[in-house]
Amino acid sequence: MQLSCPAPILRHETVQMAHGAGGRLSQELTARVFMPRLRNAFLEQLDDQARFEAEPGRIAFTTDTYVVSPIFFPGGNIGDLAVNGTVNDLAVGGAVPCYLSAGFVLEEGLPLADLERIVESMAEAARKAGVLIVCGDTKVVQKGQCDRIFINTSGVGFIPPGRDVSCRNLRPGDAVILSGAIGDHGMAILTTREGLSFQSRIQSDSAALNSLIADLLHAAPNVHAMRDPTRGGVAATLNELASSSSVGIELDEAVIPVREEVRGASELLGIDPLTVANEGKVLIVVPAAEAAEALAAMQAHEHGKEAAIIGKVVKEHPGMVVMRTPFGSGRIVEMPLGEQLPRIC
Amino acid sequence: MKYIDEFRDPARARALLDRIRQIARREWTIMEICGGQTHSIMRNGIDQLLPPNVRLVHGPGCPVCVTPLETIERALAIAAMPNVILTSFGDMLRVPGSQKDLFMARSEGADVRIVFSPLEALQIARDNPDKEVVFLAVGFETTAPANAMAVRQAAREGLPNFSELVSQVMVPPAMRAILSSPGNRVQGFLAAGHVCAIMGYEEYEPVAAEFGVPVVPAGFEPVDLLDGILKVVEMLEEGRSGVVNAYGRVVSREGNPEARRVMQEVFEVADRPWRGIGVIPASGLVLRREYDIFDAEKRFDVSHIAPQESPLCKSGEVLQGHLKPSDCPAFGRECTPQTPLGATMVSSEGACAAYYRYHRKPL
Repeated sequence: MQLSCPAPILRHETVQMAHGAGGRLSQELTARVFMPRLRNAFLEQLDDQARFEAEPGRIAFTTDTYVVSPIFFPGGNIGDLAVNGTVNDLAVGGAVPCYLSAGFVLEEGLPLADLERIVESMAEAARKAGVLIVCGDTKVVQKGQCDRIFINTSGVGFIPPGRDVSCRNLRPGDAVILSGAIGDHGMAILTTREGLSFQSRIQSDSAALNSLIADLLHAAPNVHAMRDPTRGGVAATLNELASSSSVGIELDEAVIPVREEVRGASELLGIDPLTVANEGKVLIVVPAAEAAEALAAMQAHEHGKEAAIIGKVVKEHPGMVVMRTPFGSGRIVEMPLGEQLPRIC
Repeated sequence: MKYIDEFRDPARARALLDRIRQIARREWTIMEICGGQTHSIMRNGIDQLLPPNVRLVHGPGCPVCVTPLETIERALAIAAMPNVILTSFGDMLRVPGSQKDLFMARSEGADVRIVFSPLEALQIARDNPDKEVVFLAVGFETTAPANAMAVRQAAREGLPNFSELVSQVMVPPAMRAILSSPGNRVQGFLAAGHVCAIMGYEEYEPVAAEFGVPVVPAGFEPVDLLDGILKVVEMLEEGRSGVVNAYGRVVSREGNPEARRVMQEVFEVADRPWRGIGVIPASGLVLRREYDIFDAEKRFDVSHIAPQESPLCKSGEVLQGHLKPSDCPAFGRECTPQTPLGATMVSSEGACAAYYRYHRKPL
C-alpha cells in the first residue's frame, strides 16, 4: 500500500477565499482566468503598476463600479458593461480611450466558469473598443458579503490639444442629437429581473461609443458637449447639461426614437423611457451649423444608425428641459427623483 | 403600438379639441376622478389645450394619496416587527408617515419588498414559511379583486403566514361626498376607466340622477380623455345628466362579474378614513369575518395606532377639487417630491406630483 498525504486541492470550480489571498491560488486565478484572455505587454510585466507614455494634450481619467444584477442579461454581461461604460465616460469628454484598470470583488463560491465568461467578454469588449486592460486587482469576500461579482474599472484617455467638450459649453441655438433608441439597457435588465416575457426579448445596448464619437468629431469638430445617458436616462442627462450651462433645452416628443418593445414594456410598467438607463447611446450638443454633418456621420456608423435631432438649446427657462408634445402643448421633463431600479449597472 | 397609437393621434386630438371649442359656451368645471387620468392630462398638456371656460379639477382617485396616515403608521409598525416581510406596491414606500417612510424603515433593517401584484406576495409567503408576509392592500375597486383573490387563495391553501393590511376605498361614495360638500364646484365627472372596467358604470347612474350631473367613463390616452371631456361638455351645454360611456373598448355597464364576485366574497363595505378628507361613510372595503385571520391589523394588533396629519398639507382640499396644487402655499416650497408633506406629492398618480413634475413653472 502506498502512503500519500492529502494534498490541497488546487483545481477549483468555484472561487475560494484563497483566490484573493495573494498566494498560489491567486496566481492560479491570474494564470488560468485573467492572463490568457487579457494578455498584453503591460500585464505581462506582473508589476504593481502599469507604466506608459503620455500623449500630447490633456489626460482624461475616470472610474466606475459595476454591480449590475443579474450579472448576465440579454445583450451583455457585467464584464462588457464594465469596459464599455468606462470607455464611454472617457470618449464623451472628447478623449481617445487607451488604458483601463479592472478591480474585481468576487463572492466566495462564484463559479469560475462564470468568471471566465465575464473576463472573456471584457477582453472582447476591450478589443472592439481598441483599449488595453493594463492593471488589475482581485479580492474575494465571504459568501453573502457581495453579490457574486462587482467590478471597478478606471480608465485613462488622451484629449488632443485644442479640443474642448464640456457640459458647460451649451449655447442657445445648438442642436441636441441622440445616437439611437432609448431605454434598451434599463428595460432589458428590468424585464429580465421581473421575469416579464415579451414577444421579443429586449437586448441591452451595451456598446463602446469611442469609434462613433471619433467619426462624429471628424465630421463636426466643434461639438459643444457629449454625454452618455446612463442612469437616470436622457431626462437626467439633459437636465444636468441644461443646469451646468444655464440654458434651457426643448425636446420634440414625436422624434425621440424608442423601440416598440421598450415602449410596450414602459407602458406596462408605468415607466417613462426618457428616465431609463442606456449603455450604448450618446447625446450630442452641436452648433446648429454643424448639426447636419454630425447627424450624417453618426447615421453612417453602426452604433448611430437611428440617430436623430431631438431638440434644441434655448435661452428661455434656464436649467429646465421642456418637452413639446405632438398635441402642441408642453411639459417639464423632470430630473428623475431616484433610481427606478437599483443595480442597473 | 396597437390600442395606444390611435389614441395618441394628434389629428384626432385636434378634431376633438376643435369640437369642444365650438360647443363650449358657458364656464364648466369638470373633475377627472382618477390620478392616472390627472397624470396623462398633465403629461400631454391637455389642460393647456382646452378653451379657458372648460376647467379641469383633479379628483381623489389616487389610492396612495387617500390611504390614511394611520395605515402607513401601522405598516411601519408591522415592518419593524421581527420575522416580518412587508410587501407593497412601490409607490407606497415613499409615502411619508409622521416620522418616516417605508424606505427609511427598510434602511433601518426592516424587510420591505416591492411587488407588482398581491399574488407575488403570496408566493413570497409560500417560499418563506418561517416568516410572516404582509401585503399592504391599498387601492380602489381596481386593485380590490386581485387583493381579494390573494386572500381567498391563501385561505384555500391554508397559508398561515400571509395577511393583508387593507385600506381599500371606492369611488361612488367619494363622488357623493364631493358633490355634497358646501364648497363644491364640480359640474361633471370623467369616471375612472379602470375602476369602471371592474365595476361597470351602472353604479354611477344613481349618483348622476341624484345630483343631476353628467358622468362619463373615460380612458387614459389623450384622445380618450378629450372624447370624454367633449361628451361631458355636450351634456352640460344641453342640460343633460346621466352616464355616457366614452371608453367602450374597455368598459361595459356590468363590468367584470367574476372580479366583482371575488371582491364581494372576501370584502364587505365599511366606513373608511381618507387621507386629508376624513371618514366617508360606507366608502371602504374590509375583510369579511370569515377572513379575519388574514387581517394584518388584527394579527399584529396595530389598530390602536392613529396619528395626526401635518397641518401644512392641504391635500384634502386638492383631492376634493377645492384647491389647485399650485395654489397651495406649501407647493414647491416646504413640499416637493423630495420632501413631501402629503401623499399627493408622492404618488405617480398624485395631483401635486403631476403639477410639480410637468408644470411647476409656466412654460
